[in-house]
Amino acid sequence: MSAANSAHSVVEPSLSSKRIAGTIVVLYALITLIPLVWIFLTSIKSPPDSISYPPKIVFTPSLEGYCNLFTTRTRQTPDYIASLPAPVGTCDEVTRKRNMVIAGPSNFLPRFVNSLVIAFGSTFLAVFLGTLAAYGFSRFKIPLADDLMFFILSTRMMPPIAVAIPIYLMYRELGLSDTALGMILLYTAVNVSLAVWLLKGFIDEIPREYEEAAMIDGYTRLQAFRKVVLPQATTGIAATAIFCLIFAWNEYAFAALLTSGEAQTAPPFIPTIIGEGGQDWPAVAAGTTIFLIPILVFTILLRKQLLRGITFGAVRK
Amino acid sequence: MTISQSSIVEKAADATARATPSSVARRVRGLSDRAIAWLFIAPAITLLLAINIFPLLWAVYLSFTNYRANRPNAPVLGVGFGNYQRVLNDPDIWQAMQTTAHFVFWTIVLQTVIGFTLAYLIDRKFRGHAFWTTIILIPMMLSPAVVGNFWRFLYEPQIGLFAYAVSLVTGIPTSDIQMLGNVTLAPWAIIIVDTWMWTPYVMLICLAGLRSIPDYIYEAAEVDRASPWRQFWSITVPMALPFIMLAVLFRGIENFKMFDMVTLLTGGGPGSVTEVASITLKRAAFESWATGRASAFAIILFVAVFGLANIYVKALNKVKQR
Repeated sequence: MSAANSAHSVVEPSLSSKRIAGTIVVLYALITLIPLVWIFLTSIKSPPDSISYPPKIVFTPSLEGYCNLFTTRTRQTPDYIASLPAPVGTCDEVTRKRNMVIAGPSNFLPRFVNSLVIAFGSTFLAVFLGTLAAYGFSRFKIPLADDLMFFILSTRMMPPIAVAIPIYLMYRELGLSDTALGMILLYTAVNVSLAVWLLKGFIDEIPREYEEAAMIDGYTRLQAFRKVVLPQATTGIAATAIFCLIFAWNEYAFAALLTSGEAQTAPPFIPTIIGEGGQDWPAVAAGTTIFLIPILVFTILLRKQLLRGITFGAVRK
Repeated sequence: MTISQSSIVEKAADATARATPSSVARRVRGLSDRAIAWLFIAPAITLLLAINIFPLLWAVYLSFTNYRANRPNAPVLGVGFGNYQRVLNDPDIWQAMQTTAHFVFWTIVLQTVIGFTLAYLIDRKFRGHAFWTTIILIPMMLSPAVVGNFWRFLYEPQIGLFAYAVSLVTGIPTSDIQMLGNVTLAPWAIIIVDTWMWTPYVMLICLAGLRSIPDYIYEAAEVDRASPWRQFWSITVPMALPFIMLAVLFRGIENFKMFDMVTLLTGGGPGSVTEVASITLKRAAFESWATGRASAFAIILFVAVFGLANIYVKALNKVKQR
């Protein structure tokens, strides 16, 4: 990187061209951000503010969206509400102002937990199986290795709906419909192809001599794998894990078709949040915001690995 | 053959599942490399066979029957190529394919042009370029369904920010900016969201391409006094072309499968102007419960993507070798 920088001396772009480039990119970035900022702003608006026209940029922040996201409420008469003991906590207070009382928790938290369990479970499995397979493909002569690798990749070309029909039937037979285990297995299968491809690229770059030296020192092949190759591949494994996690976290088509309740994840759930008289936009925005935060954190953490990941390691420096 | 193979695969998967690596190492000290190779790749292959290939083969079987998933006990009859014939003669399906092609074409054109331009500008390495690149990447990391759902709100003509902004700039009354309700605008509403979301992806791949061009080529061109314009068309574009083509391939495959965003934004409407292939497929499979016909359509789609991708990859390899 630094070598490339110093070599740039002859063709270093002029200061003014840099400034123009910078301005355009920053403008694009800011425009790109508007919908995301708007999601956050909507999440801290009161329902009337969220649908006022022209759209309100200045408003009194309210936690109502977050309260509505986590609770179910029932409408009550003002007299009944006045007869209740003093409200407990902000949400109780906010809700009563709208002549409602909290009836119980909403389904958001269980759906969010489903997302966590399924995304992390399938990521762990996919990376585990993917690392083993990648090492196998990288170090051993496997008959038809190229064909197998291409076959692994081609499983990603199918539209999810196409596989969803038989998987739906298969899961119905096996009792895996609407279970976290079923979704974990499914996402693992989808991710394992990516994991094998990415990790093979990373492991190919670790010199074979390291293991050979370890094996001469009396390590078995498996010990060499565990003590020499695995530590070297940590960065690649981490990057792969994040890609798998992002996929499993964001997936919608399979989740919408194969889960209906118990194992439903957040992406099919959030659009179904309905308030009185249509979609409760502050609550939807609150759910969206909470759902996006982990991914935002990951984006910032993994920005350097992104390049390798999205090109399947096709980019060699 | 299937029995012996699956039992080997099961044993291998079992062994890996039960034992921690160190105990495996102790127990299998004498294991040949060949056995270890199988032990390592078998679990992944087994899973892919069980959850990708077996369903695919099942779909092939179903595509030749009149099976309906909502009537599991009805007798299953073979119908030969009947389902394929019906699918290929169904004008609605051809319409859906056309809609899909329209989306794939425009999203690729917009994302490639904007993505490459951004990558080219970012490659100038202005101050703070790393920070702004990270910001631009955010949309592609998000869930298309969740974000698509929120864009529906942004597009609302009466309350949405999009209509308000457009009306502010152009002076068109917001009631005329029915992005999701208007037959001509609805496809563009989806193309805009898809472009917003995936331009960063194309940008990243293009950036990788631009960074892969060795500086000495530009230095040589500079010595030859080639104009910047000439350098751009004779060096930058051709050298980055394989990467641009790779981005087009990935986006093409993804957008051929486009489902979540369309479902959440328009659900295929108004009428059926945004009904892409995946939505037609979902309707046939999970609303009409015509499992056999839906499977035939799924197989046709898969063969089409697979075939096109193969032809494209051959072209890509030719460009790479140049």
